Amino acid sequence: MVMEFLENNYFLLALTFVVFIAARILNRRTGIALLNPILISVIVLILFLWLADIPYETYTAGGNYVEFWLKPAVVALGVPLYRQLSTIRKQLLPIIAAELAGCVAGIISVVLIAQALGASREVVLSLAAKSVTTPIAMEVTAAVGGIPPLTAAVVVCVGIFGGMTGFRVMKMTRVKSPMARGLAMGTAAHALGTSAAIDTGGQRYGAWASLGLTLNGLFTALLTPSILQALGV
Amino acid sequence: MVILQLAVIFVFLAAGELIVWATGVPVPSSIIGMLLLTLSLQTGIVKPRHVEGVADFLVANLGFFFVPAGVALMSCLDLIKGQWVAIVLSAGLSTVIVIAVTGLIHQFARRRVHGHGVSGK
Repeated sequence: MVMEFLENNYFLLALTFVVFIAARILNRRTGIALLNPILISVIVLILFLWLADIPYETYTAGGNYVEFWLKPAVVALGVPLYRQLSTIRKQLLPIIAAELAGCVAGIISVVLIAQALGASREVVLSLAAKSVTTPIAMEVTAAVGGIPPLTAAVVVCVGIFGGMTGFRVMKMTRVKSPMARGLAMGTAAHALGTSAAIDTGGQRYGAWASLGLTLNGLFTALLTPSILQALGV
Repeated sequence: MVILQLAVIFVFLAAGELIVWATGVPVPSSIIGMLLLTLSLQTGIVKPRHVEGVADFLVANLGFFFVPAGVALMSCLDLIKGQWVAIVLSAGLSTVIVIAVTGLIHQFARRRVHGHGVSGK
């Protein structure tokens, strides 16, 4: 009886909300970057479904109501992009050059390294968009024929890793200007890099980081199919 | 107002879907919708107040919307069996490369454009 109720759509939907809120509280209370709310929620939900023996297909009946908002949320990113247009215009050339270089370097390097280490074609396709914010990355992966959920998991891990190591990398490579540092964090590690940039350098770093996140999302979406084709994947 | 703002978002998403459907470009419809929205805000066809409240809500909660998408990982664990090392190493190394390249190119290009050094040069 009880086990049957666990498969109820609205129960699974409510559980998704509750688990996420609990994970966010845990993240804020502890301040540990590894306890990323998304990562924790995904792990807890997968464990729950596994223990209760609920197939993924049953979960999606409720989960789809949440996932549905991914696409509109990406469209909504047009608003912050519009707000940043005046800044972009003032610094157009350096920003575009840095974003293009970062975007292309990211796609080519992950593809070549993954291929060299023997990853399958599907996995390689799923890694190409790993630097950008999940909704965009999943859309790109779906468009090129990869495995979107794998991309989602990798993107979160990349964000956590980039947030933890980014400033150390830039210290070693002597990247010193706040604008370059902020941009790099957002470009390589999306929202998680942005929050790490804010923690380290304050709102000024955060504004550049969110610009990097948006522009790399845009360039990655536009360029990934052609770059993959050029690399013969 | 919320209905109007939702309408704007979905009209632009539908426009993106239409363009993808008509041209077959391998670009996500949502990205095309995002660009069209930015363009329309810039040209004044859409006023910020027509979209802001809902858009800010959606952007602020981006993280939550992809939790179910992440749960889908449980259905594809077989596909990535034996490829963990390749996935972790390639993603990690590539992330370091992106940070260094983006930062260095920006710093270099800005120096060239503005003709002055950055602090601590």
